[in-house]
Amino acid sequence: MVLLAIDTSAGTSVAVVDLDRGVIAERGEADTMRHAEIVGPFILECLREANVDPAALSGVVGGMGPGPFTGLRVGIASARVFALGAGKPLVPVISHDAIAWGHYRRGHTGPLVVVTDARRREIYWSAYSEADAIGLPVRVGSPGLAKPAELDDPAWLHALWPRIDAATVSAGELGLVAELSYAHRRPFAANEPLYLRSPDVTLSNGPKRVSR
Amino acid sequence: MNRSAPLVLGIETSCDETGIGIVRGTTLLSNTIASSMDEHARYGGVVPEIAARAHLDELVPAINAAVTEAGICLQDLDAIAVTCGPGLSGALMVGVGAAKALAVALDKPIYAVNHLVGHVGADLLQAEPSTTAPLEYPTIALLVSGGHTSLLLVRDLVSDVELLGETIDDAAGEAFDKVARLLSLPYPGGPQIDRVAIDGNPKAIRFPRGLSQPKDMAAHRYDFSFSGLKTSVARFVEQRQDAGELVPVADVAASFREAVVDILLTKAIVACGDFGVPRLLLGGGVIANARLRAVATERTDAAGIVLRIPPLSLCTDNGAMIAALGAQLIMAGHEPSTLEFGADSTLPVGQIQV
Ligand SMILES: [Zn+2]
Repeated sequence: MVLLAIDTSAGTSVAVVDLDRGVIAERGEADTMRHAEIVGPFILECLREANVDPAALSGVVGGMGPGPFTGLRVGIASARVFALGAGKPLVPVISHDAIAWGHYRRGHTGPLVVVTDARRREIYWSAYSEADAIGLPVRVGSPGLAKPAELDDPAWLHALWPRIDAATVSAGELGLVAELSYAHRRPFAANEPLYLRSPDVTLSNGPKRVSR
Repeated sequence: MNRSAPLVLGIETSCDETGIGIVRGTTLLSNTIASSMDEHARYGGVVPEIAARAHLDELVPAINAAVTEAGICLQDLDAIAVTCGPGLSGALMVGVGAAKALAVALDKPIYAVNHLVGHVGADLLQAEPSTTAPLEYPTIALLVSGGHTSLLLVRDLVSDVELLGETIDDAAGEAFDKVARLLSLPYPGGPQIDRVAIDGNPKAIRFPRGLSQPKDMAAHRYDFSFSGLKTSVARFVEQRQDAGELVPVADVAASFREAVVDILLTKAIVACGDFGVPRLLLGGGVIANARLRAVATERTDAAGIVLRIPPLSLCTDNGAMIAALGAQLIMAGHEPSTLEFGADSTLPVGQIQV
């Protein structure tokens, strides 16, 4: 089953994957300011390199974050609209799950906390207890938003768990999490961006006086 | 690609309307708009993050609705067109990312176009093949909305558009919103000011016309300014309140509106005269204002200028005007944009295609 995977929750990453063949093509850029510019070219390059037609895909994997708003949205919009255009299902995956899966696959065992930058001196985190029998990370609870100091507080539930700070998300790993989840009939994430923050808006208290 | 009457889907996300339009040449097939305006009402203005979130939610439903209304399949399209600026950058990026993905998924060319020039392109669209005379060049275009107030000289829609002037502070639509708040009227302010102004005397209070003094007309002949007008209204309202008097809301609304309409049309008609162009085109959401249209008709008649006002549904931000501009570029033989373009919140009006 060939999938196109797109993630812009950190930098921009696009991949074409297959359960048996693994990551067939992947493009990544860590710059967090160029999502809208490069996501389109990356999709095209990956499909060409993998020699895959949109019609030959089984679905489009979208990384739902958590991630800072502006960038995260570009990838989700691209994944949703590509899926619509190609007439394929959208497969939502939580981006942190891809990071955790990569670490377990590279040999990590036991508990793990994945941490990514949420800007404004805050971080996103997800806690995983272990990898299950098929290697998928077992997330305990939803991703969260916190100040870094909160995670260092010994009273925090996962304070003693090993922690990895990730600056990038691999769409290849995101796609393979989707492949495994599908192959083993695991549920996908909800098709909703994980902003984990309200839009910043302050209600004004009416017009300010102009005359003294 | 069909270059005589291309089937184009346009995506517009520069402000608070998610617009998807489908045209075949100059024939309008669908103009689907999902607006997040109601979500901004309690804040008294467009909140960029709320607008951008709404675009992400509305894109797929709006594309589906437009395709159904147009009675086409996405595969039938000749090209995709998308607004890449000017506008709110976070909002623009949603449309830009989506449009590129759609173009690659369908293997269709993409045209990244200028929002302001799109407003002019709206005038070319007809529900049925050609019933009215086509837009003639050159024309002066006055574009007025909550996001922009611009005066353009359009010599050719796809190759020669010049910015003559624009607002140096608030957009006219913003001024309507701010004055509505001063008068405790809800958002958006334009229709509210229009409503209460019906009973008012437009000559009751002489509010200032921004950048209309001789020295301003030298340096800012075609530019606009509405912040002084807004302050003047605020001062008037405060004086009445401080004196314990009732604020004559209808007169304030009518007089304020008159000041805005007066300066907009004075400068537009000056431009027509300066360039010897007897044509004026209006565009943008503020064109919904009844007084603006009435005064525009009076003054252009008196000056012997042909006035064009596209249907209101095509004056507010929409995807059909973007599709129309894309179709014009294709019909004129222009090559598609490359996939690397980004969102440019300050894209100059002279850059018609990126
Ligand atoms: Zn506009």
